[in-house]
Amino acid sequence: MTETSQRPLRVLAAMSGGVDSAVAAARAAEAGHDVTGVHLALSANPQSFRTGARGCCTIEDSRDARRAADVIGIPFYVWDLAERFREDVVEDFVAEYEAGRTPNPCLRCNEKIKFAALLDKALALGFDAVCTGHYATVVTGADGNRELHRASDMAKDQSYVLGVLDERQLAHAMFPLGDTLTTKDEIRAEAERRGLAVAKKPDSHDICFIADGDTQGFLANRLGGTAEGDILDESGAKLGTHEGAFGFTIGQRKGLRIGHPAPDGKPRYVLDISPVNNTVTVGPAEALDVTALTAIKPRWCGTPPSGPGTYTAQLRAHGGETEVTAELTGDTLHVTFTEPVRGVAPGQAVVLYDGTRVVGSATIATTVRRERAAAG
Amino acid sequence: MAYLDHAATTPMLPEAIAAMTAQLAVTGNASSLHAAGRRARRTVEESRETLADALGARPSEVVFTSGGTEADNLAVKGLYWARRDADPRRTRVLASPVEHHAVLDAVDWLAAHEGANVEYLPVDRYGRVHPEALREAVLRDPGDVALITVMWANNEIGTVFPVRELAGVAREFEIPMHADAVQAFGQLDVDFGASGLAAMTVSAHKIGGPTGVGALLLGREYTPVPVLHGGGQERHVRSGTLDVPGIASFAVAGRFAADRREDFARETGALRDQLADAVLAQVPDALLGGDPAPGGRLPANAHFTFPGCEGDSLLLLLDAQGIECSTGSACTAGIAQPSHVLLATGTDPDLARGTLRFSLGHTSTKQDVEDVARAIGPAVERARSAGLS
Repeated sequence: MTETSQRPLRVLAAMSGGVDSAVAAARAAEAGHDVTGVHLALSANPQSFRTGARGCCTIEDSRDARRAADVIGIPFYVWDLAERFREDVVEDFVAEYEAGRTPNPCLRCNEKIKFAALLDKALALGFDAVCTGHYATVVTGADGNRELHRASDMAKDQSYVLGVLDERQLAHAMFPLGDTLTTKDEIRAEAERRGLAVAKKPDSHDICFIADGDTQGFLANRLGGTAEGDILDESGAKLGTHEGAFGFTIGQRKGLRIGHPAPDGKPRYVLDISPVNNTVTVGPAEALDVTALTAIKPRWCGTPPSGPGTYTAQLRAHGGETEVTAELTGDTLHVTFTEPVRGVAPGQAVVLYDGTRVVGSATIATTVRRERAAAG
Repeated sequence: MAYLDHAATTPMLPEAIAAMTAQLAVTGNASSLHAAGRRARRTVEESRETLADALGARPSEVVFTSGGTEADNLAVKGLYWARRDADPRRTRVLASPVEHHAVLDAVDWLAAHEGANVEYLPVDRYGRVHPEALREAVLRDPGDVALITVMWANNEIGTVFPVRELAGVAREFEIPMHADAVQAFGQLDVDFGASGLAAMTVSAHKIGGPTGVGALLLGREYTPVPVLHGGGQERHVRSGTLDVPGIASFAVAGRFAADRREDFARETGALRDQLADAVLAQVPDALLGGDPAPGGRLPANAHFTFPGCEGDSLLLLLDAQGIECSTGSACTAGIAQPSHVLLATGTDPDLARGTLRFSLGHTSTKQDVEDVARAIGPAVERARSAGLS
């Protein structure tokens, strides 16, 4: 059962100015809900026009959202959540990178802004639900509780970035695109059919608050310029220099700029980032193999699991699934992989699934690397 | 439906619509020499005479523009340039800090690009500039003041300014003074000839005329440097083909605005008082904006501050019930900023976010007041629970 077949609700549709949220709002309205559109102003000094493929932070995006709302025939407002966004998402993003971790700001935004600041205000103003253009499904389980599931179309599934939502947040979430077994082209065609001018607008896929897409430059600017440090191999020998340990991601291969190849001729990857020493350690791909991890700040969609259980896990936004056993000890989640996995970055979320159902998520804190025979 | 945003724009009068649509069917450029042009010219000049009469001005003092914003820009920039050209020492601009953005941003632009030294005059808690404050500012150096610009009545909180007294100070020092009278026309006695002003802005769509047409009342001895260059149609200070249908319609609305002013002020003022009483009865801690003294605020304006609320939240809640009003504050990409008017009156910035402006007009009814009376209490309660984000 989908939300759109329920009794009419007062729905606040978050409209970024992109095609997905516009079609989501249109579907909610068409289903008979009383829909009001709202565009979140997340930047204190929005740029006039989009540059590249931004999706939410310019005056042009705000106008696109307003235009879509007018066509759908729903009221539309702009809410200024720039201050909350700066505190809860941008500062968190910078602090995480500064600590050598790799944050996911979209996840943080869903947890703290869209389904917290926005949802709380919506509920206080008498709305029943917040609607977004995410591809995920909310269903009511056998016990009457709300469950978050992967989208019908696994290729577009965005349940990973919603894995931070708890049951209360889910109870007020509406994702009209989640049960869509259609391609993005078909969503665009639907937008076209509905007369929505955003039908041809390019997708957004970068970090919305970094206008030019240059994350490294953004971080360098925020973290007080570049501080040159060493790039080391696993034995601690210096291979080269970098211009600031922040901004590297575990598993990263490109942009290391080590002048000479590895002795075995194989590519080298970022294995470790040490902000304290300002060093980046690199090594071969197999050194990235992780057998287990611990994760903190768990969030559960429903009852927390008791005892060890078998799940599938997703470790990054566009990553695949992998089989794990997981157990909660206090507020720490211990995850053991059935087969070693590569490129696990602290700061990212591990989202646990039971089939298509999201069980919960936690922030990766430490990883256990697979023991290897000494390099010879 | 209760439309209570007449200060944003008010429904066109049927007579103004009739005048406009009649002219839309008539061909003729008022600058052409042939019969069609002469016909258009006659319509424009009759309209000019009508408006001049309605505003206590001579016909030659009416300069048609595309609206209030253009008239404000022409007055502020044009007079600044002309005065500075005549004497390069004159770079000081004295302005009230509660002006409409059409004046405020023009003045700030002069500061940023034309070397203007902008001085914002002190205001009282109702946003009003007092003649003594103006005199004091001028006296600091009467020789370097390019112009003075102070509105006739404030568009947000409705406070009425002592324009004649202020213009008297300006006259004494032979400094041109401009007043934005967009909100005052039709509600107050805006007699340009008796005011002592050098220039005064009016707009058609606030008095039942069409959008896209306005006028700068401009004393004959003043020649501002043009903002728009071209054919020089209006006294060589404003170029552009004259909008004959708009001007004809504006004149009809202007005639009504002047003729009905006293009745309108009395009747709408009474309705406004009922609205204010009803809101204050439902929300006792709401603050009514503007000067409470008799004649202190525009008769059609009711501006409130609701502590602990976002004006945006209230707007949404009332809009959902068919009550249309405004937060009264300026917007950037639709993002509400605390009103510069309230900040200038010394209002706490958090408090300044909880404002609503109800503005009444010629179609307002007792039913509108009852709708607001019924909706405002629960709306404020709900908006308060949503808090300040």
